[in-house]
Amino acid sequence: MAAPIAVHLEFGGGAELLFNGVKEHHVTLPSQSEPWDMKQLLVWIQRNLLKERPELFVQGDSVRPGILVLINDADWELMGELEYQLQDQDNVVFISTLHGG
Amino acid sequence: MCQVDEEYQEELERADGPSVSKKCVKCKEASAAVVIRAGDTYCRSCFKEYFIHKFRAMLGKNRVIFPGEKVLLAVSGGPSSCSMLSQVQEGLSQKAHKKLRFSPGIVHIDEGGAVGQSAEERQRKVSELQAVFKATGFPFLILPLEQVLDLPSSVVETALSPLEPPPSAYKAAVDRFNQTSSSDYLPPQEREEKSLPDVQKSHTQLLQQLMGSAKTLTAREDLLNTLRQHLLVHTARTEGYSKLMLGDNCTRLAIKLLTSISLGRGAQLAQDTGFSDSRYGNIISVRPMRDYSAKEIAFYNHMFNVPAVVVASLDTKTSEKASIQRLTESFVTKLQTDFPSTVSTIYRTSEKLQTACRSSSSADHSDRCLLCVCTLDTAVEKASAFQATLISEQLSQTKSLGCRNPGQSPGPVKPESAASTGQCCSSAGGEDCGRATSGGGCCSLTTETTDLKSLLCYSCQLTIRDMSSVDHLPLYILSEAQRRQRRAQMRDEISEFLLDDGDEGIYREV
Repeated sequence: MAAPIAVHLEFGGGAELLFNGVKEHHVTLPSQSEPWDMKQLLVWIQRNLLKERPELFVQGDSVRPGILVLINDADWELMGELEYQLQDQDNVVFISTLHGG
Repeated sequence: MCQVDEEYQEELERADGPSVSKKCVKCKEASAAVVIRAGDTYCRSCFKEYFIHKFRAMLGKNRVIFPGEKVLLAVSGGPSSCSMLSQVQEGLSQKAHKKLRFSPGIVHIDEGGAVGQSAEERQRKVSELQAVFKATGFPFLILPLEQVLDLPSSVVETALSPLEPPPSAYKAAVDRFNQTSSSDYLPPQEREEKSLPDVQKSHTQLLQQLMGSAKTLTAREDLLNTLRQHLLVHTARTEGYSKLMLGDNCTRLAIKLLTSISLGRGAQLAQDTGFSDSRYGNIISVRPMRDYSAKEIAFYNHMFNVPAVVVASLDTKTSEKASIQRLTESFVTKLQTDFPSTVSTIYRTSEKLQTACRSSSSADHSDRCLLCVCTLDTAVEKASAFQATLISEQLSQTKSLGCRNPGQSPGPVKPESAASTGQCCSSAGGEDCGRATSGGGCCSLTTETTDLKSLLCYSCQLTIRDMSSVDHLPLYILSEAQRRQRRAQMRDEISEFLLDDGDEGIYREV
């Protein structure tokens, strides 16, 4: 059984508008048998944090195109995207690039 | 670099992230943090260098900005324009290698009134931005979009443009600039900073009425863009700036390119998406961020703490098909995820676009669209697609307008000088409906709309068509429209007496 994981989530670039304007969230993911991966994290966020318009954040299994994900300040493409397994005290940032400039 | 990724995984041991597996392609030492384009992985410091260098290279390659020139930065508060601001700061700082030499000023246009934000929200956003601007030390202006209602009609007139110097004559252009620089503008006034002036509720209501008269979101966004541009250009002129820097990034320009084609702005693509845009004559707009993808900007802003503000726009939280702009955006971003070279391919295509110079390149006012101030693209030969759309539109309207002469010929569009009189009653002198007076017309409502159309380029015509009424347009647009119509009428009346050289309408190149 994996221990519960504490993860620090940040939302920026306009994505926070879907979370009541709250940019930072410290969450604890409940323990489960397999390690948490990004795919499950997204489902968890959609169920527990997302306040409105899920289709503007999640699309299918992954994030909506145009939303960048950084894991520990590195592009998630370098980490394996959805397959990356979360560890305790990880920092995940979601930045929307779809908003003006 | 060409080796398979897995080989690096065993070698790399970092204290913080054991899962980072690639090395930076540039310095080959530090671990990669960002993936740029398809497969180039950079570490933090190399990415920063690359980012800063690109800005300088963009300005240096297109030598449009003269040393010492006053440049106005249009900062909307979003990531691209704030990034542009920080790059300018970086480039002007003392320790920069070959530092940039121009004097920047900042302008922010608060569009909250048009978007439907409350006064408190607007004030909050403005205060945030004010703090950011103050920290830069540049003179700044924060203007509400409501000021666009009070603009003079000189905004949509074409000022005499300075001759575009060929690239080899950059030095000569700089010398000329230095000679003429001090004479043109009003001396900068006492205020270095200007906070949001109190906006009258009535103005906000007028603005909302104007926005509300556009029936589709597409038209509304287009209209908002136009008004914003006008206000920016006017501000640049009155404050004595000769260049305007816009923060459009590569992704946004790729979207804009495809959107423009969908909106019928194909003829103006080069100016809408190119590096420099000289349609306003004495104010040249440049887009130094056009080589940066939205991803690079977002990364840089996050990693190096560039302050930006989230700005609500017209299409925030709208569905995918709400407007053409929105649909194109979702199309391009979706395609980009699977094919990471989408945006750069579109960008490269846009780089190759150039505006074909028409034979009559004089600053004749009737050659320019009233709203977007680009050269009119509606004077084309009889067999064009544009003519076909006009004919079908006119045929479908024939029944509804009482005064239309049923036997009139199906070629309604004459050369522009006569177009304004040609729409309603196309018999020779236009007398039979009693249109001798300047503004009048027997079918006055439709006449006004159609008359405005003759002064607009194709896509602006489409925007106006989507508006329930043109009466809500700001006074400066309507009065300039009337002025041009009167001139066109006058020219038409005396056309027989003019020598052939002066009448460009007949000899326009087809």
